Amino acid sequence: MNKEEVLTYLPYTAPFLFVDEILEIDENKVIGSYTFNPSLDFYKGHFKGHPVTPGVILTETMAQIGLVCLGIYLSGNVESGLSRHMMLTSTAIDFIKPVFPGEKVTVHAQKVYFRFKKLNCKVQMLNESGEMVCQGTIAGMVTGKING
Amino acid sequence: MSNEELIIKLKPIVANYAQDKLALEQINLDTDFIKDLKINSANLVDVILDVEEEFDIVIDNESMERMLNVQSAIEIIEAKLARK
Repeated sequence: MNKEEVLTYLPYTAPFLFVDEILEIDENKVIGSYTFNPSLDFYKGHFKGHPVTPGVILTETMAQIGLVCLGIYLSGNVESGLSRHMMLTSTAIDFIKPVFPGEKVTVHAQKVYFRFKKLNCKVQMLNESGEMVCQGTIAGMVTGKING
Repeated sequence: MSNEELIIKLKPIVANYAQDKLALEQINLDTDFIKDLKINSANLVDVILDVEEEFDIVIDNESMERMLNVQSAIEIIEAKLARK
């Protein structure tokens, strides 16, 4: 499966798709990018008059690129009989810098293990200056049902 | 290794993931990882990976699917240890 094919299997669309491009993907890692559109609805409320990307959205962005894209790639290549949905099962993230509307971020994810349908990844997000925005661990399981 | 010795080794592994601490204190052969200890399926994978490391064995997919309670976990661990 190539980078473009992985994107076609993503089950998201606007306003909840947080992957623009996969830059690199292989059995052990994925690198992808996303630019936060300033018109995204949550900026109106987080925070009043001071828009900044919510940590939960940064986590979601890391999960979509680091866990879901890599999970689709791995289950498409290694265990072709499996369905390609990923269910998020745990996150542990440290937030270091804010991400403002319009910023482009790059997510790097490294597989820790993919066994018994569970994918565990070390993830980090960098801003355009190459500074670390947030980092941590995200895990999920391959599932047959899209809505858990 | 006796069942008691194996349970003593299993307990700290499952303790990292068990949500029901009372069931953990009373862990025995009949204890079910999911129903009694309230371990979810994602953390059950981590229990199994920790068991592999603790006992230096490799658990295959078929064994993993049967490892739902202490009794079956002990049977699988003993069978794998015997083959080493």
